[in-house]
Amino acid sequence: MRPAFSVLFLTTLIGAGQGLFITLFFCELLVGASLPENFLLGGAVLVLVLSALGGISSVFHLGHPERAWRAMTMWRTSWLAREGIALPAFMAVVFAYALAHWLNFGHTLAIGVIGVVFAIVLFVCTGMIYAAIKVLKEWSHPLTIVNFIVLGCASGTTLAAAYAAYAAPDLVAGLAKAAFALTVLGLLTRAVSLWRNATLRPTSTLQTAIGIRHPHIVQKAQGSLGGSYNTREFFHGKSPAFVRGILVALLLGSFVLPLALVLTLPLLAFVAQYLGLLAERWYFFAEAQHPQNLYYQGKS
Amino acid sequence: MTQLALVIDLNVCVGCHACVTNCKQWNTSGAAGALTDCNPYEQDPNGTFFNRVQTFEVGAYPATETVHFPKSCLHCEDPACVPVCPTGASYKRKSDGIVLVDYDKCIGCKYCSWACPYGVREFDEERKVMTKCTLCVDRIYDMSLPEERRKPSCVLACPPGARLFGDVHDPESEVSVAIRERGGYTLMPEANTKPANHYLPRRKTTVTVRNEELYRSDNPHKIDGAPFDETLPPATEELN
Repeated sequence: MRPAFSVLFLTTLIGAGQGLFITLFFCELLVGASLPENFLLGGAVLVLVLSALGGISSVFHLGHPERAWRAMTMWRTSWLAREGIALPAFMAVVFAYALAHWLNFGHTLAIGVIGVVFAIVLFVCTGMIYAAIKVLKEWSHPLTIVNFIVLGCASGTTLAAAYAAYAAPDLVAGLAKAAFALTVLGLLTRAVSLWRNATLRPTSTLQTAIGIRHPHIVQKAQGSLGGSYNTREFFHGKSPAFVRGILVALLLGSFVLPLALVLTLPLLAFVAQYLGLLAERWYFFAEAQHPQNLYYQGKS
Repeated sequence: MTQLALVIDLNVCVGCHACVTNCKQWNTSGAAGALTDCNPYEQDPNGTFFNRVQTFEVGAYPATETVHFPKSCLHCEDPACVPVCPTGASYKRKSDGIVLVDYDKCIGCKYCSWACPYGVREFDEERKVMTKCTLCVDRIYDMSLPEERRKPSCVLACPPGARLFGDVHDPESEVSVAIRERGGYTLMPEANTKPANHYLPRRKTTVTVRNEELYRSDNPHKIDGAPFDETLPPATEELN
């Protein structure tokens, strides 16, 4: 698949936002009394900024953004529609959480629980958008959802550590350790899916695609001279060396550098991890082999 | 329940692209607006098509066969593209099983094209909506046309008649009989989308010619008794 850049930004930005919110909630739950004033309020505003940036970037994926509201209507069947509802719902709860802290309204833990539930629901919706596509075997697996959750929480906790370095220095050590643990967990779950995808055997072949049972079939024409939507949307068009470079970038950026930096320089660790997760999402698209590509194997 | 579909005979298709041309002509002239063409007369001509003919070479040289393979939406009975649509723009009609896109509702997110295993939906780069074969829904019910013309444009255009159109749920229809009696099959059955369109496989088409059929009773030699040079090898004319 060709990586869709607006989607790369959407999933990494809101993932970090959701992870940050879950971390903020646990900060309040465990050490709420000793937190500096406005730490949680500032954090919630940061979550809202990340979610809003993600939402804005997702609009660039659409051919008709002015009709985006329609994307909420088919929530009974479409995970994309469910995400379209879950993202604003999550943002509304975070807004309420920030407001409750700002106005000393109270009930912040209760609103926080709802926010955490909505953050997880949003993670599941985002992951299921990909995991629900049965024909893309690389995506159609529970690991897709697990990775969205774990990598989102890891980057969110790294961001929380970076934020705490300025706003609540007492928390940095604890948050950095949590970020370290989640990043190790993310390395494990993503490594499993990388290994799985690299060793997948495709279900469909050129033989089943055109229904001709002969081992030797060569494509001679694709039905177009200058390519088509099929050759643009489903192939990333990069060299194997470039793809290997992205793989190295994702392993270094998402895992190795944050693990090395988070305990000492959490802000730098978050920057590295965010860029690494952009590479991770790029690779996520590039490693998915769409069965329609069987119809576009060559021309003469 | 009706399920309209195409049945494409790969034994008959000669790869002339008449179906592609007529499909484009009909669907670019319709009420839904033009099917985009980008750089039509430049390098890398590009555009939106509902139907394409691909060509494959089967076997190793010299024992090869050229297979022309027309490819368009298969109007699956369990379409993967429909439930994923977040707006309901993609839908399957209950009345005749045609899978359609409501261009006024489509937000152009391309999610349906990711879910379709066959790559038969094309995003229109100018209209910014997803497009696909409509089985010429705007002409197959047009009562102003004579009945034999109420067929998809590709079917009407096909010079050797490789494309059949009808209701695959009616066991007595032309398409059902063809599927039943000529080994009709679906593409990528493992995708479990139950395509309504079927393909008829290549088969051995040989004509047995008996020796006496090679001789023409109206051969000029036999009629006018012209001289016959025995030293020359026989020409076709003489054999006949």
